[in-house]
Amino acid sequence: MSDAIDAAFADGPAFVPYLAVGDPDYESSLRYVEALAAGGADVIELGLPFSEPIAEGPTIQNAVVRALEAGMTPTRFFEFVEELDVDVPLVCMTYYNLVYQYGDGEGPRPFVERAAEAGISGFVVPDLPAEEAGPLREACDEFGLDLVSIVAPTTGADRLEKLVDVSSGYLYVQARLGVTGASSSVSDRTGETLARLDGVDLPKAVGFGISSGEQAATVVEAGADGVIVGSALVDIVAEGHENGDSAEAVAERLETLARELKRGALDGYGRRTPAPEGTSD
Amino acid sequence: MPAIEELTDAYERYVLNNEDGFVDEFRRRIRDFGGRPTPLQRADRLSERYDTEVYLKREDLLHGGAHKLNNALGQVLLAKYMGKERIIAETGAGQHGTATAMAAAHLGMPCEVYMGERDINRQRPNVFRMKINGSEVTPVTTGRGTLKEAISETMRDWATNVEDTHYVIGSVVGPHPFPRMVRDFQAIIGEEAREQIRERTGALPDSVVACAGGGSNTMGAFHEFVGDESVDLLAVEAGGSSLAVDTDEGVAPNSASLSTGSEGVLHGARTKLLQDLDGQIVESHSVSSGLDYAGVGPELAYLVDEGRVTPVTVDDDAAVEGFHRLSQEEGIIPALETAHAFGYLHEHHDEVGDVTVINVSGRGDKDLDTAIEETAKRDVPNAPDMSMFEGGL
Repeated sequence: MSDAIDAAFADGPAFVPYLAVGDPDYESSLRYVEALAAGGADVIELGLPFSEPIAEGPTIQNAVVRALEAGMTPTRFFEFVEELDVDVPLVCMTYYNLVYQYGDGEGPRPFVERAAEAGISGFVVPDLPAEEAGPLREACDEFGLDLVSIVAPTTGADRLEKLVDVSSGYLYVQARLGVTGASSSVSDRTGETLARLDGVDLPKAVGFGISSGEQAATVVEAGADGVIVGSALVDIVAEGHENGDSAEAVAERLETLARELKRGALDGYGRRTPAPEGTSD
Repeated sequence: MPAIEELTDAYERYVLNNEDGFVDEFRRRIRDFGGRPTPLQRADRLSERYDTEVYLKREDLLHGGAHKLNNALGQVLLAKYMGKERIIAETGAGQHGTATAMAAAHLGMPCEVYMGERDINRQRPNVFRMKINGSEVTPVTTGRGTLKEAISETMRDWATNVEDTHYVIGSVVGPHPFPRMVRDFQAIIGEEAREQIRERTGALPDSVVACAGGGSNTMGAFHEFVGDESVDLLAVEAGGSSLAVDTDEGVAPNSASLSTGSEGVLHGARTKLLQDLDGQIVESHSVSSGLDYAGVGPELAYLVDEGRVTPVTVDDDAAVEGFHRLSQEEGIIPALETAHAFGYLHEHHDEVGDVTVINVSGRGDKDLDTAIEETAKRDVPNAPDMSMFEGGL
């Protein structure tokens, strides 16, 4: 397993931002990811664009299209990771066909090997069910990487067990049903889902719909070990691109929102009722 | 994923084990509402032309004008048994959307159909039919606005509304149990055809020919014959304008994933796909929007790998010729999907044996505008003078 990810969740709540790599172009994207690190990211999820991003809402779909049109490929993605000047663990979020086809087209091992070499610490693969995750899990074990699974509000007990069996690093907890996308309120179901995960010995990072420091505070207060924020950040990239703003200006805005989200997570942690003595938490 | 588990459980209980008499009700409704069994007709003039016995399985005579109703009615009924309150579907050419809209109206369920914007423009009659049957038609503008984007969009809706919504997938594609379940609902085609050809000729045919996009009419026609080793199973894919795939541009000028694709994972299934070397899905093409999909059913891909099904291709030109030939010689205007099978028969009638069954997967009313346009674009030797139709219907 990746020690870097364990360490990121060890001290207080982790802020886990996401950006689609190569959006809107390679050079700007490098600066944007570095801005997130400067803003306090504890782990960064780097989206490797796939042509059929079925788990994504319109914001990230459009980001993926921009990145693909600007020439992003798995090969370029790994170069990007090597070129990044950040000191936080990086998680590659992508779809299974890209993992499967890389190298010899015979399975996930070459992709994982290359990712490890480039400096990736783990993966999120939303279209890979636990039943089919064996080969990727094995390759991750071989190279010391984590495989993060997504837990939905509707995930039942049996399924949860299967997911936890193949997971390491953290669990990506969906705050609500559906696809990615920023929203103005955080679902009440987050607390319920977190309560069901109480006995699971992995950090729980909540994502889907978080766009403000206050929302980050709410989910951490509800028991999350981390907050994942994608679409709200991608929106900043998209707006900057549409308005023709300089990469510098966009990077600054990303860093500002990152700070707010990180602070929100810390505030939420501070608001938690201290656990009564004798409980494990 | 919980949705998939819930559906798998319902499929096993109702479809496989006939719990609460599901299968009996399906059979009754597909007979009374759908018009089954469809005839197996000897095509006299084609038989004479090709000097081989050609039999047509007339799925174009099923209610709605295509085989699609078998699956749509089965799934909408299943959704009702599962206690779902809303139906969603994706559609390419509109045949599946139309069948789903009809089944939903028949069973009193609200229905929303996602359709690529480009396909909406290509297939207006079906868009009207869906709306007239009370369904909402939602345009999908992502990507190139065709079937694969519509499938992705419907999967997103399903992920959001899974608790009260059933996704009626339109072909033998997607995650398990969809490919098997859709095949089971479509297998009635081959089941009837097998019985009918034996009644007519006293024997099994030498071959069964069906066009293949996602592969639902193909699997439906083939399934009951898979164990009959003497019967050749020929899946006719859309060769488009060329079989070459431009991996640099990410474009395939065909939809022949069985013939030219490679193994990969898309929409929850491991199957043959049109993809570039990185694994990005490429844009497919066919004169027939119903075949225009970069993947194919995983079971069909498996049967091809096993050598049981032979994939063949027919290009756009031959499909348009096939469209005119069946119309002129047999009085049956076929869907452009179906026309590919007749394009194949024309070019390879020496290879189908003495007796062949061809699945007429759907009728061509929906394709008249496209047929006019595509006929005008090329030199079609057997086309009538279409100049009076210039500018469309």
